[in-house]
Amino acid sequence: MTRMAMLIDTSKCTGCRGCQVACKQWWDLPETQTQQTGSYENPTDLSPQTWTRITFHEYESGGRFQWLFLKQGCLHCAEAACVDVCPTSALKHSDLGAVTLESDLCNGCGYCAQFCPFGIPRLETLNLFTGEAKATKCNFCQDRVPEGLKPACVKTCPPGALDWGERDAILEKARSRVEALKARGYAEVSLYGETEMGGLGRLYVLTAPPSAYGLPENPQYPASVPVWQEGVQPIGYGAVALTAVGLGLSWLIGRRMAAQDSSAKKEE
Amino acid sequence: MTNHWVDLKNSDAIFIIGANPAENHPASMLWVNRAMDDRGAKLIVVDPRFTRTAAKADIYAPLRSGTDIAFLGGLINYTLENNLHHADYVANYTNAAFLINADYKGPADLDGLFSGFNAEKKTYDRATWGYQTKTEKVTDPATGAETEKTTTLSDPTLKDPQTVFQILKRHYARYDLDTVSRITGTPVDKLKEVYAAFAATGQPGKSGTILYAMGQTQHTVGSENVRIMAMLQLLLGNIGVPGGGVNALRGESNVQGSTDLAVLYHLLPGYLAAPSAAAHPDFKAYLENKTPKTSYWSNYPKFFVSLLKAWWGEAATADNDFAFDYLPKSAGDHSWIPLFEAMYAGTIKGLFVMGQNPYVCGPNARLERKGFENLDWMVVMELFDTETSSFWQAPGVKPADVKTEVFLLPAADAVEKAGSIVTSGRLIQWRNKVAATQGESKEDIWIIDRMMKAIKAAYEGSHDAKDRPILDLNWDYGDPPDAGKVAREINGYYAATVTDDKGNLVAKKDDILSTFAKLTADGNTAAGCWIYTGYYAPADDGTGVSMPAAKRRGQKDPGGMGSYPYWGFAWPANRRIIYNRASADPDGNPWAEDKKLIWWDASADSGTKDAEGKPILGKWVGYDVPDFAPTKAPSAAGGKDPFIMRADGKGGLFGSLNEGPLPEHYEPLESPIANLLSKTQINPVVKVFNADAGKDIGDSVGTPDKYPIVCTTYRLTEHWQSGAMSRYLGWLSEAQPGMFVEISQELAAEKGIQNGGTVLVSSARGQIKATAMVTARWKPYTIDGKTVHQIGMPWHFSWRGIATGDSANDLTPHVGDGNTKIPEYKAFLVDLQKA
Repeated sequence: MTRMAMLIDTSKCTGCRGCQVACKQWWDLPETQTQQTGSYENPTDLSPQTWTRITFHEYESGGRFQWLFLKQGCLHCAEAACVDVCPTSALKHSDLGAVTLESDLCNGCGYCAQFCPFGIPRLETLNLFTGEAKATKCNFCQDRVPEGLKPACVKTCPPGALDWGERDAILEKARSRVEALKARGYAEVSLYGETEMGGLGRLYVLTAPPSAYGLPENPQYPASVPVWQEGVQPIGYGAVALTAVGLGLSWLIGRRMAAQDSSAKKEE
Repeated sequence: MTNHWVDLKNSDAIFIIGANPAENHPASMLWVNRAMDDRGAKLIVVDPRFTRTAAKADIYAPLRSGTDIAFLGGLINYTLENNLHHADYVANYTNAAFLINADYKGPADLDGLFSGFNAEKKTYDRATWGYQTKTEKVTDPATGAETEKTTTLSDPTLKDPQTVFQILKRHYARYDLDTVSRITGTPVDKLKEVYAAFAATGQPGKSGTILYAMGQTQHTVGSENVRIMAMLQLLLGNIGVPGGGVNALRGESNVQGSTDLAVLYHLLPGYLAAPSAAAHPDFKAYLENKTPKTSYWSNYPKFFVSLLKAWWGEAATADNDFAFDYLPKSAGDHSWIPLFEAMYAGTIKGLFVMGQNPYVCGPNARLERKGFENLDWMVVMELFDTETSSFWQAPGVKPADVKTEVFLLPAADAVEKAGSIVTSGRLIQWRNKVAATQGESKEDIWIIDRMMKAIKAAYEGSHDAKDRPILDLNWDYGDPPDAGKVAREINGYYAATVTDDKGNLVAKKDDILSTFAKLTADGNTAAGCWIYTGYYAPADDGTGVSMPAAKRRGQKDPGGMGSYPYWGFAWPANRRIIYNRASADPDGNPWAEDKKLIWWDASADSGTKDAEGKPILGKWVGYDVPDFAPTKAPSAAGGKDPFIMRADGKGGLFGSLNEGPLPEHYEPLESPIANLLSKTQINPVVKVFNADAGKDIGDSVGTPDKYPIVCTTYRLTEHWQSGAMSRYLGWLSEAQPGMFVEISQELAAEKGIQNGGTVLVSSARGQIKATAMVTARWKPYTIDGKTVHQIGMPWHFSWRGIATGDSANDLTPHVGDGNTKIPEYKAFLVDLQKA
């Protein structure tokens, strides 16, 4: 099926955090204990209870002062390290291109968090004694989207900064938005996510360099993934699991190699 | 709003001053974005602080709190000096050409005052502010009868020095760029940038809107702040046109509705005046005082009598002046500050609080709270047990010392009850009950109905004349009470069966009224709020389906102007943009194709016939309900007078508020500098309260030697007003968990304050603790060559709920605007130190 994508137009985002609250409401995520620390930004980080949030940044360049707002959350990479390293297939690419998370399958190993180039997934400890844990992150409203609904955050966004649709159409909108903002005098406007990590499911229109928003300028697929897949991961499992998982891994590695080859060619 | 939310999309320049819609009216930004995307509109934001709205602006300019008149006076001066005003509009639609009394003198002549000031009473005699008139004897050619006719003298060339135009020009000539910059702290180049961008909307065919909120009104010159915006918009030809207007962004979802229904003490529903004992001894005196000879207000008696009929029904008759004597008569100033002064003084014994948290929201809150302890009883209708209902167990209060008996009535939330709410754009929308009430909570209507029934029962059998207003009160909304029945009464109905002079039936008793044009002063109609008449009457939703107008959700938008006339009902008469006659030029043609709203169609059938039975042609047509006599041609007498609520039909560039006919800059009650424009330091007509001044709790006024920093207060997206709803919700409290104060990096460095550290902020009235938020979004001002710092803080917090913190209103002063008495929350003096 067609890959879907979210457009986050930071030039229209007002940092109202309707998305942050809508996400919690739809997924029934409880509030966390926060305190005022000298910023509008709260909660101060993503967590098992906070899958998306707005980060606030003050930025000045070329005589123009900007207060930047960025909707943070899973970027739904086409080349998703988390999917590749997930030993239980709890993390998968859906038909619609989202990186979905099947909590029942998650064994809480935490590799997804370790390998995400954007530092998105968070582990929720469910049992301190057994160490049982689950990974959490934005799953592009995997219960809404297949039903033809927009993700909860997009649905609620008051100024229309968030948009949702087929990725090609969203890319087209994003490109024309970049041009419009250039004409409006935003010298540093850019589109983020078109090619990063094989193309992101979240496309950002940014009015300042990615780093000003705390985004990596050039996110990389972690080079250690294949090494890890061959060496480290198996050690993490018992001998019994190793046999079962190993079969799957060899397939995964093979697929990964093939994918890297093709993306390397694309870059050339 | 003169216009409405969707109409923002029609604007060429959106000028936001004294408002922060991105944070406080988030949905509005959709339409702001629409204007920017589709029309290339410029977004201009003027605010002391770089807000989330400023973050979206093409042009942001800072100004020191309390200097809006200087800023806008400078814009008027810039417009007139550079001839950027809409000359055709100004000449035809405003009072620019009228001549003012030769004895009029202004602030340039009288050091900041206008002619007629009585220093002892702090009021003005307005005699010299009037027009020059000429009275002639005219003979009616038909009857030969001789009458006197008074006309206002004018000079259409606008050159006579006594014309409003020339007086205005002289008055604001003093507001040159340098002077304005010295007062406001706005750099001259920023002033020029804002002025040029907005004055460009004076070009015929262009329009600009001004969005404002409490940042303009909560000042000792709040009313004049609003007036100067209206004047500017008249000069630029921006009133009555799509994408124009003076647009108040109301701070609560239904505050427009509550104002319409007279939540303010000086009003009756529909902006009729509450009678006062001194000015209106009887019915006749009241009507004479309130009814002008011209303008639509000449229908005042129809609106007023219909209101009395709605309230007292059969008991209101022509013989008893429609029960005029039943109305309570006000005996003084019953606005917020005097009410709380009276509680503090112990003269008010009981307080009924509905959906409000005065513990947190009133100015000089420490003094106001002390007033609670003087009450015998307090009733609070609320969703949660707020600081107000729990004031007796607040930190520092010993419950045993408080004699006040407090009753908390759990009330339903908005979604747990049916009824209408009115948006800032005057749009009335009916909403259904969508959730059951929780626990013992009850709908407001249920509580009030029970209470009134109990009061009536308590007076049952009384023959005392003073009890008649209660016993005779129309009160029949069913059991449980039905909001639809209340709506019907507000809408209005025939109080009697009416026939025409030939005996034909016009309407049966109890028939619902479709328009206020049908109201009469003879007692045959009843309407609880005349401006709403028609809102609950059956109307087409654009698909042929009929329903009470406010319940409609029709999607048709003729002309694509965003009027959506089949969606809900906008008062008055379902008009989406008021004064919309001005959207057409004097001859009745739209100023521009993309600003087309209504126009004169000379070939349209007016629906009337001449003596020979031929149809009379000519009618106003278009995409909105004309705010004008529908068949009055542009060439007819008054055909070019769009401002039908004003006696002269012209937009008032020269007006009459308590402190003068033209807005003049005065400093806030507490200011870091002496007024640079005159020796009149503050608004000369304001009342400064002084109960227990100088004491720990009292109406003290701070001076810049002790309190050198300007402070302002505001709201955040994440919280609602005094926090009585939002601070009890986890998701919102998590996002804004506590009190903070925004401080510039420069001031923080000067005081050794670190971001996230704790600071103490003190004013002459109190001291609070807050977390320091050190930011580049606030810069020190250069005011008259000196560095002046300003800080700001949200006013949502107090000690109950999930998100807690000190209350900003512990610091704010007890002084109000010269007309409305709204408190000066937005500009006062403080000092700041590291805790």
